[in-house]
Amino acid sequence: MGFLTAFYALAFYVATAIFIFGLGYKIYQYARTPAPLKVPTTPAPVTQSGAVFRILTEVVIFKSLFRANKWIWLFGIAFHGALLVVLLRHLRYFIEPVWTWVVLLQPFGKYAAFVMLIGLLGLLARRLLVERVRYISAPSDYLMLILLLVIGISGVMMTFVTHTDIVNLKKFMLGVLYLDWQPIPTDPSLLIHLAAVILLMIIFPFSKLLHAPGVFFSPSRNQVDNPREQRHVAPWAIEHYESRTAPASASTQSPQTAS
Amino acid sequence: MAKIDFKVPQFRPYAAIPNIQPGVMKGKGPYVAKPEMQKPLGFPGELVDNWQQVAIEKMGELLKKYRSLQVYLDACVKCGACTDKCHYFLGTSDPKNMPVARQDLLRQVYRRYFTFSGKYFPNLVGAEDLTREILDDWYNYYHQCSQCRRCSVACPYGIDTADISMAAREIMDAIGLGQKYSNEIIGKVFKIGNNLGLPGPALENTLEGLEEDIKMDTGIDVRLPLNEAGADVLLVTPSADFFAEPHMDGLIGYAKVFHQAGISWTLSSHASEAANFALFIGSYDNMRKISMRIREAALDLKVKRIVFGECGHAWRVAYSFLNTLAGPFDFLDPNYPVPQHICEFTYELLQKGALKLDKSANDHRRITYHDSCNVARASRMGPMPGGQFIIPRELIKASCNYFYDMLPETLYDQTFCCGGGGGLLTDELIEVRVKGALPRMEALKQVVDDYGVTHMAAICAICKTQFAKVLPYYGFEMDQIVSLHQLVGDAIVL
Repeated sequence: MGFLTAFYALAFYVATAIFIFGLGYKIYQYARTPAPLKVPTTPAPVTQSGAVFRILTEVVIFKSLFRANKWIWLFGIAFHGALLVVLLRHLRYFIEPVWTWVVLLQPFGKYAAFVMLIGLLGLLARRLLVERVRYISAPSDYLMLILLLVIGISGVMMTFVTHTDIVNLKKFMLGVLYLDWQPIPTDPSLLIHLAAVILLMIIFPFSKLLHAPGVFFSPSRNQVDNPREQRHVAPWAIEHYESRTAPASASTQSPQTAS
Repeated sequence: MAKIDFKVPQFRPYAAIPNIQPGVMKGKGPYVAKPEMQKPLGFPGELVDNWQQVAIEKMGELLKKYRSLQVYLDACVKCGACTDKCHYFLGTSDPKNMPVARQDLLRQVYRRYFTFSGKYFPNLVGAEDLTREILDDWYNYYHQCSQCRRCSVACPYGIDTADISMAAREIMDAIGLGQKYSNEIIGKVFKIGNNLGLPGPALENTLEGLEEDIKMDTGIDVRLPLNEAGADVLLVTPSADFFAEPHMDGLIGYAKVFHQAGISWTLSSHASEAANFALFIGSYDNMRKISMRIREAALDLKVKRIVFGECGHAWRVAYSFLNTLAGPFDFLDPNYPVPQHICEFTYELLQKGALKLDKSANDHRRITYHDSCNVARASRMGPMPGGQFIIPRELIKASCNYFYDMLPETLYDQTFCCGGGGGLLTDELIEVRVKGALPRMEALKQVVDDYGVTHMAAICAICKTQFAKVLPYYGFEMDQIVSLHQLVGDAIVL
């Protein structure tokens, strides 16, 4: 058992733990924190299912971004859409036997990588070239794009230029999953690719990648526009104002707890 | 027009995004509240000695109370979609008036004290210690935000700079650095009952005067009742409607609508103000206190319905928050939403055929309509989403023969703020107010040139006051802004 195998295997465990617990904590934090006031940006849906649909349009087609800026939308949706296909393609390295739809997805996944890179380069170009965006960019904003580019380029290299030992790679991954470590192939592009992915998993819960869970919890997008029909009060407001005073006790209508 | 020491922006041949000019709007911000203005609101009188510590503690408290703040400070990816959406940026070119940069003033401190990356890698993620310089930037630039939410519409995560600027102002209030304009006015509401500090007897005189004016104009006795217990409707309207032009003509319009509909109504000297400036400073506590006056007035006067007059942010607080802050209103007539907007009220009558309107009475006017930000993006009218855009326009079309909309990208949920909202309607901020009005003035210019528009109608007291002030800077007349219900009132055949 080589040092590299042990290092990468352990790094995967650590990264996965940080990713799951870190993200889990943030989701718990968002879910637990009340939205004490009705603040959907209007016009907003007047039903719960309408609000769910609104969030879906934001998550799936980036509707607000489309209205706001076509270039960012184009590069953004190219990157995210292609990333999804590429990630699904990667399932083949973690399951045995490989599901048919994952097999059928392989050719699309291979070329989606280029779409993903174009999206990332477009976003990077905007960040460098558009004065306003450059002004608001911190080093981490560039590094995040570079990290994703490293992942994408090293992946494309293995698919199209210097093939890695994919059979042994899969043995390694399954070994990590089933706690039966197998030697990792040592091609530089693979080691770079995996190291960058591990780093991305670790920084996910501590970075702006929190936009992924955040969008689901954004009160301006996920609230139903019904403040006159349904009373909406946060638990802290009830505790602070209504547990002793008249308004709540004067009524039989129980306020909807703000969520 | 007063003497000015800044350059009024020129109309641009086309709406290009300006190049950034860092620091051009750096300054001291608006006048700071004096200790006697802070105390009644429950804030320290002046900047406390350990202000950094108190500010960070307050930020921590708000992060636990408001999911919006927690999510918004985490989720921004700095994509830049909002950077060209703020009217203050478009009018001033100062990059700290780009919504994301304005948010970052708070976010840099949040990251430093509340996130792992900011604690251990501050330079990497742009985290900063809370210094006096940053506090000065907060005070200056969070008072160059009218909390209009136009950036929130553009954001892929709905990050609302209004919420962040409210939180920033709440933090500053908590350390004793309040804004004179907003806090002094809130104090007046607590002490006297309205923003203008108009006591009960003076209000009574004013209303009698208006009744006489209507009588002189029309020969008909139209009443403006005050404190009449047992009336059907309690009308809560901004106090500017009692005193300022063109607001008063709107109030006369409401009175004529009530008169013709034969619905009894009353104003209240206890709740003689619809405005709720506590929204601007993000203070739930003060916002609730101000809202409770309306509940108390409704109970005292035993009314069946509550209707709000033309006021943008007041309608946000009324529509979106009143039930939360001062509800439930189960003692009112359940057949009507609580509260209702005067436009909803008038529109309902119009649809029932209860109003007799002669459009030709407004034939000397060619009208356009300014969607006020809080009505457009933070509330609704009627049962349908977007009713806040349809109902006011239907009222204008029913009252006027000549109506022309401005460019759609400057209206509806993308409407441009008047430049004076969010607690900025004070003389010392005139430069940012004039510059922030640029996008709306350009849109107005276009319909003036193309369709010969003579007047712009609005349903917000702040918009009306702001436009009356800034229109002359752009070569228009101050009386080209009118109340929507002035048009209705002029068209009503009594």
